[in-house]
This record gives sequence, structure tokens and C-alpha cells, in this order.
Amino acid sequence: MNKHTPDLKAEKIAGGVHSSVRHDSAHKHVAGTAVYIDDITEPAGTLHAGLGLSTVAHGILKSVDLSAVRAAPGVIDVLTHEDVPGVNDISPSYMNDDPVLANGKVEFHGQPIFCVIAETREEARRAARLAKIEYEELPADIDIWDLDVKTHRQVVTPLTLKRGDAAAALESAPRRIKGRMRLGGQDHFYLEGQVSLAVPGEDDEVLVYCSTQGPSETQHMVAHALGVPSHAVTVEVRRMGGGFGGKETQANQCAALAAIAAKKLNRAVKVRLDRDEDMAATGKRHDFAIDYDVGFDDEGRILGIDYTFALRAGFSADLSGPVGDRALFHCDNAYFFPHVHAKSAPLYTNTVSNTAFRGFGGPQGMVGAERVIDEVAFAVGKDPLDIRKLNFYDAMGVEGTRNVTPYHQKVEDCIIQRIVAELEESADYAGRRKAIAEFNAKSRIVKRGLALTPVKFGISFTKTESNQAGALVHVYTDGSVHMNHGGTEMGQGLHLKVAQVVAEEFQIDLDRVKITATTTAKVPNTSPTAASSGADLNGMAAQDAARQIKDRLIDFAAETHQVPREQVVFLPNRVRIGNAEISFNDLVKKAYMARVQLSAAGFYKTPKIHWDRSKGRGHAFYYYAYGAACSEVSVDTLTGEYVVERTDILHDTGRSLNRIIDIGQIEGGFIQGMGWLTTEELWWDGKGRLRTHAPSTYKIPLASDRPKIFNVALTDWSEAYEPTIHRSKAVGEPPLPLGLAVLHALSDAVASVADHKICPRLDAPATPECVLMAIERLKAQKKG
Amino acid sequence: MPVEIRSELRFILNGRDVALRDVAPDHTLLDWLRLSRLLKGTKEGCAEGDCGACTVLVGRLTPSGGLVYEGVNACIRFLGSLDGCHVVTVEHVAASDGHLHPVQQAMVDYHGSQCGFCTPGFVMSLYALWMQSPNPSDQQIETALQGNLCRCTGYEPILRAARAISSYGNTDKDPLLTERATMIARLKALRDGARVEIGEGKHRWIVPANLDDFAAVLEASPTATVVAGSTDVGLWVTKHMRAITPVFIAGLDELKAISVQDGVVSFGAGVTYSEAIATLSHHIPALGPLITRIGGQQVRNMGTIGGNIANGSPIGDTPPALIALDASLTLRKGAERRTIRLEDYFIAYGKQDRQPGEFVEAVQVPIPAATEKFAVYKVTKRRDEDITATLGAFRLVLADDGRVAEIRIAYGGMAATPKRAAAVEAALLGQPWTEATVEAAMEKYAEDFSPLTDMRATADYRALVAKNLLLRFYMETTSSEAPVQVSRYEAA
Repeated sequence: MNKHTPDLKAEKIAGGVHSSVRHDSAHKHVAGTAVYIDDITEPAGTLHAGLGLSTVAHGILKSVDLSAVRAAPGVIDVLTHEDVPGVNDISPSYMNDDPVLANGKVEFHGQPIFCVIAETREEARRAARLAKIEYEELPADIDIWDLDVKTHRQVVTPLTLKRGDAAAALESAPRRIKGRMRLGGQDHFYLEGQVSLAVPGEDDEVLVYCSTQGPSETQHMVAHALGVPSHAVTVEVRRMGGGFGGKETQANQCAALAAIAAKKLNRAVKVRLDRDEDMAATGKRHDFAIDYDVGFDDEGRILGIDYTFALRAGFSADLSGPVGDRALFHCDNAYFFPHVHAKSAPLYTNTVSNTAFRGFGGPQGMVGAERVIDEVAFAVGKDPLDIRKLNFYDAMGVEGTRNVTPYHQKVEDCIIQRIVAELEESADYAGRRKAIAEFNAKSRIVKRGLALTPVKFGISFTKTESNQAGALVHVYTDGSVHMNHGGTEMGQGLHLKVAQVVAEEFQIDLDRVKITATTTAKVPNTSPTAASSGADLNGMAAQDAARQIKDRLIDFAAETHQVPREQVVFLPNRVRIGNAEISFNDLVKKAYMARVQLSAAGFYKTPKIHWDRSKGRGHAFYYYAYGAACSEVSVDTLTGEYVVERTDILHDTGRSLNRIIDIGQIEGGFIQGMGWLTTEELWWDGKGRLRTHAPSTYKIPLASDRPKIFNVALTDWSEAYEPTIHRSKAVGEPPLPLGLAVLHALSDAVASVADHKICPRLDAPATPECVLMAIERLKAQKKG
Repeated sequence: MPVEIRSELRFILNGRDVALRDVAPDHTLLDWLRLSRLLKGTKEGCAEGDCGACTVLVGRLTPSGGLVYEGVNACIRFLGSLDGCHVVTVEHVAASDGHLHPVQQAMVDYHGSQCGFCTPGFVMSLYALWMQSPNPSDQQIETALQGNLCRCTGYEPILRAARAISSYGNTDKDPLLTERATMIARLKALRDGARVEIGEGKHRWIVPANLDDFAAVLEASPTATVVAGSTDVGLWVTKHMRAITPVFIAGLDELKAISVQDGVVSFGAGVTYSEAIATLSHHIPALGPLITRIGGQQVRNMGTIGGNIANGSPIGDTPPALIALDASLTLRKGAERRTIRLEDYFIAYGKQDRQPGEFVEAVQVPIPAATEKFAVYKVTKRRDEDITATLGAFRLVLADDGRVAEIRIAYGGMAATPKRAAAVEAALLGQPWTEATVEAAMEKYAEDFSPLTDMRATADYRALVAKNLLLRFYMETTSSEAPVQVSRYEAA
């Protein structure tokens, strides 16, 4: 790998953009040599942490007796809130509602109260059990379903979106339906749990290796908790063992604890949560209670709609405000609502503070949209797919009036019609619809269901300042390239894509570009790798850095060869200067000798976007990504058990930077979305204790849950409407809500027990129990 | 007969012999690999045997003198249970020159990894599968991967890789297989017939020399924890940090006997699910699909049916099935043996008919006659590798006139113990086997069971499904038309 003889006759570089290169770390993944935080060689004397968690959902800490903990074998120290030298808060929005360690009160079952530091992790965990804590228990709000959305405390100011006159449209609509849907949350279940290793340095310095999606934010939070300037804290991460949003803000607590202990004890400290602790003490996807009131005509065209999206925020704000916002941003999914009023309600509960999770509220909004489609379809007696098509936004290029979102952004790039039409054809929707009807007529117990659901997903952080990125590119004198940027690698192939962009820019083979760990010391003030923005933002920033260096090389070559700049052309692994060709490596060496700077910091900020939350108006998204999925299921009407028979997906990633990576994101995103809506059930007991806190009780999909037939295709014809990086589109989050096709196929199968006359109102997760209970309900309603 | 006592644990790690004297009773293989040996390719994902990130291979001699490599969960496998075994970690899979193994190369080329954290575990599970079935069906692949969670890929590329492994190399060139004879000799050399005993008092653990020695050890130390597969006891340690003084019996050949005689399958309490499945599913076909839905492959490679019975769980999957089959147990204390009906073993929650110092030695399962109908239905949130919400087992004998001559129905997940549905059985017995009879009997469930609500299911669901399973059984025994349950795999 180290020896490189560039092919100076190549017609194309190896591994440029739009090529299906495999993951840069794949060979290390399979050999067990890829290093995760817990695998880093520990400095001598590294200490380990164990957490003491609250055993009540809400209460005053009457007494905290840690004497037995301190006396336990191997224990070096026990941290409480009093040991936090700076501010005892890691609220990502500085709302001061997210303590590192509880002070005086606890607000959820599993909240960290103290942190034991011991010679070994086992000793720390054992000691943590010896605390004697007395609580004065207070009433606890656990489930949002029963809370009064109008009066209950909210953790942040809610958002309202308004366009037209929804109330009047509902009044005057020929048909009107109201309903309520219960939609569960989701644990990230990244395979690598939360982990940080802090190594103390000189003065106020500390280096924190942290499995984080947001190294800059982790840096700021650690500095905030330590009471030191950000420049004292360096956060580094080479890769995560999965993130999915769960390491955007949730990584900060372990990082802060490790750093505090490391500085206090002047020894390296590792904090690694046990899976059960991780699931109890870190936030998840928000569950929602969705109220809807929809008016429509006899054809099934939606005329007006009123939504309330109540979400279980947990005990603190964390990201619940923007998650609720994004639910509203997607309550239209791909549909035009002539009149709309939608509001969020981020409700305070005595549960862990919910957080980012792939889609960030967007999928929850779309679930609300698709439920309404189902309601309308059953009311007018049509196939839900017909109702979907009837209500789509105008297609790109159509000069119509049905193209404005509830947040007043004009949809300019809508390609959902073509995607759905092509998928309908390739999946033989009509033929299978007929075959299923025939099957169901003959099959008493097993019923089949089919659904085709669309996705339109807005790309950009709605927090405008997050839409910026930096990169750092060095070219060494041998022509090899060091590439660094603010994005983090959690398996999605971001580093690979950005490296492809840099290779493309210099026209050098991909293996000349070194991928390096993300660190706040190289690129500062970065945004978390979130909102599907990783490649869009960092690819552009890295391209900018590469172009700066390239420009200098062009200047140098033009000047030394006395040719116009246009006659300096970067060819694969070489540069043509006038009539001569020189290898890239030689040009670089010569440039160095001539004292040309071969390093550059790149920068990018997304153009065009703006958002005024107080008015609910703006161009919130740079563009939209589209896709659709068609799923067929078999349901056992005696038990509610089901099997996904087949899924076909057609998804838009623009001009894909790397098709195979994108297909991996789509396959994985779909399965994760399907899991969320089917078997992944979070269940709290009456005491507010999460009882599904481990894989034994919390069931993410297995290989044997995949659709029996699973076809995934990309829209080869699409390209980003805006000048994104090589006209590609973001792919992290948009595929997740493709999983809705399974929920709606289940709904279709359930509906068959009442001859498709009654809307099943199937809630999610649609566990076998949930499905069976819906079947029973429909059977009872059918009987009258 | 006195046995030799050895205070040293001996096994082989990858290529090297290991001899350890300082081993705690609760020392897990995973912690030892990562913390003591600094072999960090094996990952901890859950520390409870559910995610498979810690999968390693354990090679062990079989009673017939062969050597079998099986994937196990290193997180809940105790070091002490490895005496005389060959442990293979992911670091040992690629060639020493770094050349990737066919399993690894297929995973790379088919994009089977994204974040990569679960990947070493998948590699090890696929390696074990490939050694046994170089050209597996999708069903075999999925079954082999039930104990491996991946949160990134959606599994599709892993399946593609698994199908392609044999195009990257032949099993007959695989080092573990080509060096089998040498390894057998090395492992045999470790077998000195001694009892392994390390530590004292509360910190003692033992690997008995043989079955009689085990009986003697347990009689002398009735509070010791008998550990066969550690798929349950492992969690006492990793999750509840309970102290244990284990007696590891996984290596006792005498507890691994399986025989079929006079219409009865008998097997020792140390027989794992993986070892039992061929014989049991051959003679009692309905048990095959049940066993492949217990845990993941790694758990089935470690866990035993004897343990599933002995620990007395109300949601153990084999007891209701075996109660419906009217299985019996041989219990042993010292040299004393007694045989009881399995259904009498379960007395109340957490209470079984087992005396201090007594252990389950063997299980006897009568094979239903060809004319009898037997079925087991397990209902869970997720189809595979999930703990039962409700499980119903049914055995029916019809008289010539179509009436119910004999019926045994037992459930798991419906009460504090695995339990027969006595009132339902009574309502069926002697009646014509018709849907009307079944519907009448379904009304009797409330007399037999008042199930609980928990994270797996509500009481209402359990009650409803329990009834419906009887209806399913009726339909399956009487109708040959449309399927009456969903299935992932076409009937074999």
C-alpha cells in the first residue's frame, strides 16, 4: 500500500468521484484492526469510570452517602456535581438544564448522580452499586399520551407553521376527519456504546478521544464544564462504531466526565458505558402523539389540515426544539397542503432527554402525513397510492400553484412523480395489488398487504450557522496528500467520499490521499456530522482547499513554463503544461523547491438558505432528496406476526459520489426505519424505568427480518437542482422513512379483515401485538 | 475414586498454549482477551450475548474424538470453562502476512461493513458457518447470523458476502481444517483427567474431572453455581455483578450423550441446543424450528436444554414443549438418582423440585407416534433471537371416531412456571376434534391462565394469542389448504 507508482498513462484516476470505491477501512473492519476509542492503547495508569444512576424518575436527593463507594476496592475518587470545576451543564443550547451530574434533584430514572473512578472498570462498576441514596419522590410525568398538550410544560418555545386559512378550509371542506396517532421512539443502538478517553496535558490542557459526531461541540462542552477556554481542549475521533444521531449531543457527558476526572487526578481516564446504562442514561428518538384534523374533497384532494405534533422531550431541552421543528417541516412529506396550520409541543417528561436520531423528527412528521393519506383514502374508498399521487407537489418544471410548503418555501426540484411512476412499474404495483386481493379472498388466516410510500426530505440544518464547514489539505513533497475536515466517520463512508473529491480535484489516485482522524486542532468550529450534510458541506470545503493549492500549482507551472494558465491541465496523476507532461509528484516537488505553499484551509457555507423561526418562513432547505419504497407483507391474523415478503426502492442521490456507498446507506436506512416502525419498542414501567434497555428486550432488525426480496435502485437520471458537490445529493437520513412502506403494507393487510372499508389507524411501532389488536378492533367494528 | 487436582487453567489461544493460575470465577473471556492479552479485535457490544460483536470461535474435542469449532459469545463465556479448548479470535483469521481470509475478503468486496464495529463478530460467525457449510442457503446464513446485530448495513451486503465466500477459497485449504489433526493432538495432550480447581472459598471455581467428580463436588458444595453454557449465569455477572462460585460442566463428555431407544430420545444435561437439534428434529420435527428460534447461534452453541430446564425460568422455551411431550428428568445427587416427570419439576416461580447438591443429569423425551400430532408455536416481538411472549405446545391423539383421545397442552410465558392448560385440555378430551369444540375450549383459557403485562406483551395479548394458538393447531391438523401462519422460509 505504501509503495506507489502512479500510472502516468491512465485515462482516469482510480477512485475519483462517481466511482464505486469500497469503504476505506473495510480491510481493517474485517481484520479487527480498525481502532475505536476503547481500542486505543491506554496510557499507563489509565483509570476507569462507573456511573451511579438515579433509581427514581423524579425526586429530591435527600441524602447521598458515598462512603461505601469510596471505600470499595480500587476506588481512587468519586465525582459528584461539586467536582465540576466549570459549569455543571452540557446543554447543547446552553439552557443550563442538562447537568453533568445531578445536583439536588433527579429528573429521570437513570440520570447520572455520581461517577466512580477506579483502577479498573469492573471495580468502578461494582463500587457504584454501594451508594446509599435517599430520595424524596415527586410525581413523575412519563408518557406524553395522557398529558394535556395545551397546558403541559414545554421544554422550549414551540414552533407554529401557518399558510392560508386552515380553520376556514376545514370548515368548508366537503369531508373532514380528526384523529390521533401514537408513534414510538427509537434507541440508536449503535454497536459501539458511548465512550471517551481523556488524557490530561500541561496547564489546563486535555486531549479527549471521544466517540462523537460533533467534536467541536464536545470540545465546547468539555471546556464549559472544566471552566477553561476552548483552546485548552482537543477532541479527536478517527471513527465511531455507529452514531445515527446518538452521538451528536449524547457523547458530551462521557467526554466531560472523563476530562473532569483526568484533570482532577492527573491521570488518563476512560468512561465507557455498559449497554444497559447507555440505553437508560442517553437520549433517543422522540416518540410523538400526533393530532390531525384534515379536510378534503370527494376525490381525496386535501384542502386544509391542522396538526399538533406533541413530542416526549424528556427532562431537558437538548435538541427537542429543532426536532419538533423538523417534524413540522416534514408533516407535508411530498404533498401540497393548500391551507395548513401545524404546531409542535415539546413536552417535559421525567424520562431521559430525547435527542437527534437519523431524520431528526422529519420521519415522525412524514408518519403524520402518511396517516392522513390513509384516512383520506379509506374515507373516499380509493387505493392510498391514488391519494398520494393526487396530492403531490407540482413536478419540477411545472408552472403550477401547488408548490409551496407550509414554511413558505417554493419546491423547485420535485421529482417524486417520476420516481413513483417508475417504481410502480418496476415493482408491478398494479399486478400485485390484484394478486393480493385474490390471495386474501382465499386465505382465511394469513393476509397480505401492499403499500408504496414516497419520501421528500429537506437538506440543510435549519440552524443556519451550522451550514458551514472547514477542511485542511496538505500536499507533501512526494505528492502524497493529507486530508482532514470537520466531518466524522460513523460508517457512512464520509471520509471516503471527501477523499474522492480531493483525489478528483488533483487528478491523483485515491490511495494518494490519506484519511485522518477528525480533530478540533486541525479544523475548528465545525458542525456536527448530522442532518445528512457530511459530504455536502465537507466535500465542498475540501474541494475549496484542494483548489487553492491547485491554483498555486497552476500559477507556478504557468509561470515557470511561460504558458497561459489555461494550458496547465491536471490529467490523471500528471499535469500537462503547454505541450509537456510532468507527473503530479514532480510538479509538487518543483513547486516546493520554488517555495510554493502546499497546504490550504478550505471553507464552505451553503448559499441561498434562510429561516425565520418566529415567522415560520424561509428557504429552510437548499434542496430536497426524494425516494419511494414499495413493500409487501404477510400477516398472521391469529397472532399479528408478519413477514416482509418484498421491498422495492427507488431513491435519488443526484449524481452519486459513490453508488455503492449510497446503496449501503439506503439499504441500511430502510431497515433501520422499518425496525423503528415495527419491532423496536421502548417500554417504560409504572415507575418510569425503561425496561427495554438491552438487546434482549429491545429488538432491532436481524438478517432474518430483511424483506425476502429486496431490490434497491438509484435514479440514474437525477442530479441535484442546485450546484452541490459534483451535483450529488445527501443520503444519510432520507432513506430512513422509506421504512414507512412496511408500516403501510401492514396497515393494508390489517384493513383486509374489514374489506378495506375501515382505516386501520395502525400505530407504531406495529409490533405483532399492535397489529393483532388493530385486527381485533377492525373485526369488532365490522361486526358493528 | 480420588481425582487429581490441577490448579492451572490450560487452553490454546490462536496458536499459543496458555496456562493461567490467577483466574477469577467470574473472569470473562472477552475481558481477558481485551484487557490482558490486548487483543482488541473482539468487541463488546452488549455484554449479554445478544449482539454478537464479541463472537470468537471455540474449538473443542467432541466425545467421539473429533474437533468442532463453534461461534460463542466471549462476553458471557467464562474463562474457566475453556479448559482444554482452542480459542480463535479475529486476529487469527487473516494469514500472518496480512492476506485476508476468504470470509474477510468477501466481506470487503461485497461492502459488508460500514461502521465496522460488529464486523469482527460477523466474520467469526460466517467463518464457523463456512467451515460447516461452504455453500450455505440463505436460510442457513440467516440462521447462523441470528446472534449478530448490525445497525448500519441492513444485512443485505453481508448476505451477498456470505453467499460468495467459497468463490474466494476452499475450506480444504483453511488452516483450522488443515491443521485439525495437529490441534486434536494438542488438545488431547491438555486432557490430563484432572479436576481443575482454582481459588478458595467464595473465589473458588472448579472444572470437575468427570461426571462422578461433578456429583461429588456439588454434593460437597451445594451452594456452588452449576454452569453449563453460561448463557444465563453470564448475565448474573456482567449485568448484576453477582458473585458466583461456579462449577463448569460444559466439558463433561458423559453429560453429552444422546441416544434413541424404545421410542424415547434421551440426552445428557450438557447437550447444547446445537448438539441436540439434529436428533431431536429428526425424531420430533416440530422441535427443529423451535430450537432455531432460541437465542442466536452462539447461544445455541453454548446453552443446554438441561440448563433451560434446570434454571426454572417461566419463559424457557423447551420446557413447555417437553411437558407437552411428557418428558421426564433424571436428577442426581451424589450417587443417588431419581426420575420425575418434567411437569412436576416446576413447583412455583423460582422453585423447582431439586434438592441442594442435586443436579439435572439427563432428559428423556418420548417420541410421538406417527398418528399423534404435535406442534409448538413461539410468539415473539421479533421473530428470531427474542424471548418468548407466549409459547404454546400441543400434542394430540385422535381416536378412530375423530374424538380427542389424548391431549396435552403446555404454555410458557403465561404463568410463573411452564404450565399445562388443564381446563382447556379437559374441555377437549373426549370431544370431536372440530372447530366448534376448539372454540368452546378457547373459552376455558381464563381458568388456566392469568398472564402478566410486561415489556414483551400485555396480558390481553398473551391471553388472546394463547387461545388463537389452539385454533392454529386445530387448523394445521385439519386443513391442507392456505397456510395458517406466516413463514420466512418455504416448508422444507
